[in-house]
Amino acid sequence: MKILATVKRVTDPDMKVKIKPDQSGVVTEGVEYKMNSFDEYGVEEAIAIKEEHGGEVVVVSVGPSESTKELRTAMAMGADRAILVETDEDLDSDAVARVLAQIVEREEPDVIVMGKQAVDSDRNQTAQLLASYLDWPQATFAFDVEIGDGWATVGREVDGGTATKRIKLPGIITADLRLNEPRYASLPGIMKAKRKPLDTLTPDELGVDVAPRVEVLKFEAPPEREAGEILDDVDELIDRLKNEANVL
Amino acid sequence: MANVLVVAEHVDGQLRKVTLSAITFAQEAAQLTGGDVEVLVLGSGVDGVAEELSKYGVSRVLYADDAAFQNYLAEYYAPAIVACAQQTNATIVCSPASTTGKDLLPRVAAGLEAGMVSDAIDVFDDGGMKFRRPLWAGNVITTVEVTTPNKVVSVRTTDYDSAEPTGDTAPVESWDAGLESRDDVEFVSFDQVKSERPELTDAEVVVAGGRGLKSGENFEMITALADVLGGGVGATRAAVDSGFVPNDWQIGQTGKVVAPQLYFAIAISGAIQHLAGMKGSQNIVAINKDPDAPIFQVSDYGLVADAFEVVPELTEKLKSVVE
Ligand SMILES: Cc1cc2nc3c(=O)[nH]c(=O)nc-3n(C[C@H](O)[C@H](O)[C@H](O)COP(=O)(O)OP(=O)(O)OC[C@H]3O[C@@H](n4cnc5c(N)ncnc54)[C@H](O)[C@@H]3O)c2cc1C
Repeated sequence: MKILATVKRVTDPDMKVKIKPDQSGVVTEGVEYKMNSFDEYGVEEAIAIKEEHGGEVVVVSVGPSESTKELRTAMAMGADRAILVETDEDLDSDAVARVLAQIVEREEPDVIVMGKQAVDSDRNQTAQLLASYLDWPQATFAFDVEIGDGWATVGREVDGGTATKRIKLPGIITADLRLNEPRYASLPGIMKAKRKPLDTLTPDELGVDVAPRVEVLKFEAPPEREAGEILDDVDELIDRLKNEANVL
Repeated sequence: MANVLVVAEHVDGQLRKVTLSAITFAQEAAQLTGGDVEVLVLGSGVDGVAEELSKYGVSRVLYADDAAFQNYLAEYYAPAIVACAQQTNATIVCSPASTTGKDLLPRVAAGLEAGMVSDAIDVFDDGGMKFRRPLWAGNVITTVEVTTPNKVVSVRTTDYDSAEPTGDTAPVESWDAGLESRDDVEFVSFDQVKSERPELTDAEVVVAGGRGLKSGENFEMITALADVLGGGVGATRAAVDSGFVPNDWQIGQTGKVVAPQLYFAIAISGAIQHLAGMKGSQNIVAINKDPDAPIFQVSDYGLVADAFEVVPELTEKLKSVVE
């Protein structure tokens, strides 16, 4: 079974982002980057599928040249090889999906595992767009994946509870947070990853026009909430909620 | 004429209230396009939902009643919505940014060759139609422009009031989706968390608990307080991951977004990913034994206290206040 997993390099989600004074983007100096958290779950799942069914895990990233670091991390976890589609532009989800569709055409994977969203752009679109372009079925927000007889049975986290869906492979699965526990890269894994193949391409070479369908014009900080008061006890809290906030 | 098509959301023929917020968004967008707001309902036995929706100031409600739509599957819904948008001259298609909307709308966007805006909180004209949306766990708001003629939008419903009934009713028409069946996807089940409490996204009061509560049993403290106030219940990712409560309760960047009148954060540290889902609440009460917990940076009222002591006390005392 050939499994494709995708990886995005994002700013460390635990650091507060700052906006450039000219509102053209976020400050990148002194910022730490790491693999998008949801992609860690996706890569873990891809490796787990390989461990159960055999085959190969290929990881793909669309992003700047520095993304080789995140691809090496994925290979240190256990992915077999990597492809970087290099671009310095901040692509919209649609462009990323069309780039990935070209990679899928070349690689012909049986299943693609992606993170459900990137924790920087928070769009939650790429996998579904890709599935649509390939006319493949999709199972998003997975917390459980079983593969057998050419189908994937996927438990999904949805509003109101959980849902189960079966998709015939090839298909696309997106990882939610309770899908698995991503493994840490071991030291031998890290050493091995250095020698694993990493190919670099460009959107141009894939024949994809990455002009955005959604153009970002301006970055702003949301209004800050001011810290309120620490109260003495429950009685004071009830009094304030009743007489000041008028919510009781 | 550039119409705006709202894809309604319902569970087994019961309208989800978030749809009414999406209608309000659509009305604002239609003011800019000069077109009408039309609503599409897909499902089985949904004529009742369609009738209900006709009261909210829309121009027309279309419904496609088909057994194949009984259970939601993006692979069936998306092509139907694309066809409907094309037939009704809709240049904007929108729906709530619920898990269904998030799963479905990108497929619609691909089909309409449209750019898609996720989690829109604003639509306005500024030399062309612009949208605003939060990202980076709500720490950044961007203004975006969709360069394609068709546009698809998932609406952050906490930023829009529900549409109100106008007293008039719009025409309700059955619509044939001309569906083609597929052999590569099957619905298996939907396991609904049954609850008498209001839906989190609709509740006026939300009581949420975190990992500090240490067990699922201890969440009874949370539900007891919620019940006194007629509120919904929520939790952090850490509480869900620990198996204390169902995933459906998760509030935050990657869970639900809520903006009630009153939010209680109990034994919750206040990680940015959690704040992303509740910072828009009107009044925030934090109860945490750690005076340095970041949740106190955003709360209006804080109690530095052991939740196991003050929450039962608060619940008891509130009983007489709300009577
Ligand atoms: C990609 C990603 C996505 C995420 N998405 C979300 C999301 O959508 N929603 C979300 O909530 N989190 C999310 N998180 C997790 C988030 O970063 C935090 O880990 C989580 O919110 C912490 O939950 P908590 O406050 O319950 O637990 P903790 O951070 O462990 O805090 C527990 C708090 O309880 C207090 N406490 C303990 N005992 C008591 C007591 N007896 N009385 C009073 N207070 C007490 C402690 O002082 C502490 O402040 C995400 C993380 C990542 C990486």
